[in-house]
Amino acid sequence: MTQYILRRALQAILTLLVISVLIFGLISSVPGGIMSAYSENPDFTQEDLARLREKYGLNDPVPVRYAKWLLNVLQGDWGNSFTSKRPALQEISDRLPNTLLLMGSMFLVTLAIAIPLGIYSALKQYTFFDHLLTTVALAGQSLPTFWFGLLLIIIFSVLLKTPDGKPLLPSAGMMTLGQPFNLLDRLRHLILPVSMLAVISAASYMRYMRSSMLDVIHKDYVRTARGKGLPEKMVISRHALRNALIPIVTLLGLDLPNLFGGALFTETIFAWPGIGRLFFDSAMKTDYPVLMAVLMVYSFLIVASNLLVDLVYTVLDPRITLD
Amino acid sequence: MAETPLAIAVEQKESLFRRFVYQFLKHGMAVFWSMILLGIIVLVAGAPLFQRYSPTDQDLYNRFQPPSAEHWMGTDDLGRDMWSRTINGGRISLVVGLLAMSIAIGIGTLVGLLSGFFGGWVDAVLMRLTEIFQSVPRLFLLLVLTTFLRQLDLPWLRPGTFWPIAAVIGGLSWMGVARLVRGNTMELRDQEFVLAARMIGVGNLRILLRHILPNVASPIIVTATLGLAGAIITESGLSYLGFGVQLPTPTWGNMLSATQKYLTSAPWMAIFPGMMIFLVVIAINYLGDGLRDALDPYHVEKGEK
Repeated sequence: MTQYILRRALQAILTLLVISVLIFGLISSVPGGIMSAYSENPDFTQEDLARLREKYGLNDPVPVRYAKWLLNVLQGDWGNSFTSKRPALQEISDRLPNTLLLMGSMFLVTLAIAIPLGIYSALKQYTFFDHLLTTVALAGQSLPTFWFGLLLIIIFSVLLKTPDGKPLLPSAGMMTLGQPFNLLDRLRHLILPVSMLAVISAASYMRYMRSSMLDVIHKDYVRTARGKGLPEKMVISRHALRNALIPIVTLLGLDLPNLFGGALFTETIFAWPGIGRLFFDSAMKTDYPVLMAVLMVYSFLIVASNLLVDLVYTVLDPRITLD
Repeated sequence: MAETPLAIAVEQKESLFRRFVYQFLKHGMAVFWSMILLGIIVLVAGAPLFQRYSPTDQDLYNRFQPPSAEHWMGTDDLGRDMWSRTINGGRISLVVGLLAMSIAIGIGTLVGLLSGFFGGWVDAVLMRLTEIFQSVPRLFLLLVLTTFLRQLDLPWLRPGTFWPIAAVIGGLSWMGVARLVRGNTMELRDQEFVLAARMIGVGNLRILLRHILPNVASPIIVTATLGLAGAIITESGLSYLGFGVQLPTPTWGNMLSATQKYLTSAPWMAIFPGMMIFLVVIAINYLGDGLRDALDPYHVEKGEK
């Protein structure tokens, strides 16, 4: 087991290294150079640009720059943002909690909708309710996230108003400006961004939950459990559900890149100050230390979650042994 | 043995297609949505015939007109006719979707076939590569790539063209196809008919193309429809964020990008283009559902499980 974890961890580090080479190479080969965003700015003369290139070491060949970058990163220095001059890592750690809050809430809401509905749909297979849920789920999967976000704003912030004429739900930011932190206010700001993502991902998770439950429910051990006289509730919750959840765990791990992508849309539409928004802004300004750092943090989270999923697997399913 | 799909196919070669059509027509929703999809394609492909105004002509006296008999979907912030923009915008969205999907299927099938067929180090290298691509935050890399491609001064990358977007989306979404094709190829590789072909001296290339590929075609077709839906959503998302096809060429995505400012005064600007994406994607998903049932030789009738 320890050996397996070590080998996988080593593989993960290698994967991250290759990704960093790819991304660094890509960002460094911007036509016109990384400073191209400034070259059209009349405030910068050619000499200014040359000086900046010199200062950031952009005249070195790409492999040399990569080596320098990697050495610095290994010492914890991810470089400074071109625009704010603050350390790139600082920029990220300021916003990471906001993104995690958003995605964590979304995860919980998604599972809270998808698992019960999926189970129910499977148990009532081919009834009216099952057909209805399957149709709704397919429609939900076909919604473009950002458009759904706009619709939510139209419905809950433009059309629906509180009695005193204010929008029913806030459509931007994490808090009402000029007010101290207030849990109720934060929750109200979370409702629309979280629903935008959760409704759509719940649609696909519900379908997976349904088919995973259907796979399990006809297995012999479920029949055995019924045969020994266990109440149906116990059969479902103790015997069937536990095994039906296993594929869902893998799915959660593999789905992470999409969830990060979804969060980018949410943060842009609802002006949520998270990493997605940071990335969007730095992509606009070709702020490459920040771009590099965000991409690497995301890749790290994805690789780590894949590793975690494989390990959790052995806990959930004792039939699986790691070589 | 007579009942295996292969035997049936050999005995009644011409009826295989009819069986497929029959199975597909039994899926009511798939047929219904395919008609809708067909309708949208006709509308989009023949856009110049159905438009009453040019999609790019501005009319600053008639900005933000709500939908009316004159402007069926209203007008936008520059007084352009939304109906005309919507049907014309579909052209780029659909073509980019199709291109991106074909690229993804092409790369994925190639990688999957090679990996599954040859195994060994070929498989190891290709699967590591697939894993690496799967561990990359896709949407974020797409943003970076499209920004940079736009700055390259190549003839096929001029503003207004959609090749770079399609190439980039396709180039980053082949991994699922590769895994699927690899799995299927590995199963087929050791079956008797492949062995028999090898015995009579058929070469690797011919075995891959004539014996393996036709047998993995059905799952590829189903994945392709789902991939098409995904590619259309991805393109619209990129264009929505301002990183896709650039204005003034209308696409469903970039038509939505400026609308958030006007949600209070002109919500119709946000509703119609998004509605089209939604309808097309749901139609393609149902089409995929119907194809899956019709192409699966082991498909059991509903209600028997």
